[in-house]
Amino acid sequence: MRPARLVGIFAALFILAAPAFLSTYYLGLLTKMLIFALFAMSLDLLLGYTGLPSLGHVAYFGTGAYTVGLLSLRVVKTFWINALAGLAAPTLVALGFNLLTIRARGSYFLMITLALAQVLWGIAFGWRSFTGGDDGLPGIARPMLGGWSMAGEVPFHYFAVVVFGVCLWLLSVVVRSPLGRALVGIRESETRMRVLGYNVWAYQYVASILAGFFAGVAGVLFVYYNGYVGPAYLSVVVSGQALLMVILGGAGTLVGPALGAAIIVLLENFLSAYTERWLTTLGIIYVVVTLYAPRGVLGILRDRLGGGRRAAT
Amino acid sequence: MIGAGVEVERLVKNFGGLRALDGVTLRVEPGERRAIIGPNGAGKTTLFNIITGLLPPTEGRILLEGRDITGLPPHRRAQLGLGRTFQITNLFPKLSVRDNVLLAVQAADPARFTLHRPVEAYPHLFREAEALMERWGLRDRAAAPVRFLSHGEQRQVELLLALAVRPKALLLDEPAAGLSPAETAALAEIIRGLPRQTTILLIEHDMDVAFALADRVSVLHYGGVVAEGTPDAVRRDPQVGAIYLGTAAPHF
Repeated sequence: MRPARLVGIFAALFILAAPAFLSTYYLGLLTKMLIFALFAMSLDLLLGYTGLPSLGHVAYFGTGAYTVGLLSLRVVKTFWINALAGLAAPTLVALGFNLLTIRARGSYFLMITLALAQVLWGIAFGWRSFTGGDDGLPGIARPMLGGWSMAGEVPFHYFAVVVFGVCLWLLSVVVRSPLGRALVGIRESETRMRVLGYNVWAYQYVASILAGFFAGVAGVLFVYYNGYVGPAYLSVVVSGQALLMVILGGAGTLVGPALGAAIIVLLENFLSAYTERWLTTLGIIYVVVTLYAPRGVLGILRDRLGGGRRAAT
Repeated sequence: MIGAGVEVERLVKNFGGLRALDGVTLRVEPGERRAIIGPNGAGKTTLFNIITGLLPPTEGRILLEGRDITGLPPHRRAQLGLGRTFQITNLFPKLSVRDNVLLAVQAADPARFTLHRPVEAYPHLFREAEALMERWGLRDRAAAPVRFLSHGEQRQVELLLALAVRPKALLLDEPAAGLSPAETAALAEIIRGLPRQTTILLIEHDMDVAFALADRVSVLHYGGVVAEGTPDAVRRDPQVGAIYLGTAAPHF
């Protein structure tokens, strides 16, 4: 068996068995890693596979979180209604936003995605009576699922594991599908894809909507995990962190960005005890990774362990 | 009436104040092999970019087998049977030769929009890719990322991708660019062996290659067609000698 596969199986067992030996606090941290891993993987579909660098990916994460928060606090507590709305809303936002973004490339794409996400941040921050403004929406309760309360860290962890597992499976099918292969082709050479007969715009649009949907799933999970959502979860800082998770882990690999997310969440948790300079730390990590490990942590691991496949080939 | 294989009518292209194409009219019959020659900057690649839709023309029309394709996006033109290669190698550099060929094979397949099944669920795509690589002698290199291939091999893949979609009309932009004389000869043999019903437009700097492969030759100069005819006629045309090969060219 390939070493990379062994590591994967070990990681899966660790995540599944974690409630048996991790304290409630660290179990919660592990759950948070899974949620951000899903968020990073959704961005990887755009950045790593399609080659579209979004600096506004938080828009879908935040829209999912705010939709659930607003509905459950102001309208109805039914989980299925809130969760479905929490997935539909970011998907709709992705449908609209990406009509505008897909025409841009490179740093222009970065800028327009940032601008659109900032619009949502502005609404969340400024429209106090509706969104709670700077205070956000506290007191969002975890759901009941088939008579089981998700309030405790253990059931919620397994809930997150199941959602993460299903999404990981779906994403891994998508990236291996003919459409997923075409996304990689677009990343490698748009003009070649065009003259081969691929409607590049349509592929990029579909990719951006899928990415928005899965970011929405992460947002819904997160708002139940956190019990609170505020404008900080629509801010450019989270988008930037997600980009860093993808690059740190290894873009175009799905698993790499998940690993990158775990590292960033863990680091943030430990470093915040010692320093206020979290953003500076992120900046330093970014510089170090781009200089010394452009293929990310997964790239290094695969070089060491061998036997792994190259990124998105 | 059946139209020409490829036809362009009074094509004009301005880049700001520069007129790159100044009313180019070409009629290439179905199955004809037409070489387009001309000095650097004559507008040859611009012409190809406009025919394939990567650039919009300022004025004029483009017809593929009698159908006006002027307003169609590049991928629609490709689906209608227009294929091309690039002067500067344009492949998927990080992907293996096999994955490059697969993307080309998949382009013409209904499965190309599928996202709920892995590509392995379509074995006919792999069979076709393997057959293409076999025929082109690239089977041994199937697993190698194309960026690790030699320049000559990359030029071969360049042509292979264009052929994998089975084009009715094929635009070859200096296919022998940067090849050694031996490699050029091999490539010329490959081009000569292409199906006779495929209309071919060929930009080529190597006169021997261009004149040997072409049924007819068009000479482009300052964005206009200044001469057109059989290779022999063009070779003898004193005007062509003057503008293209230099008046002092001894073999004219």
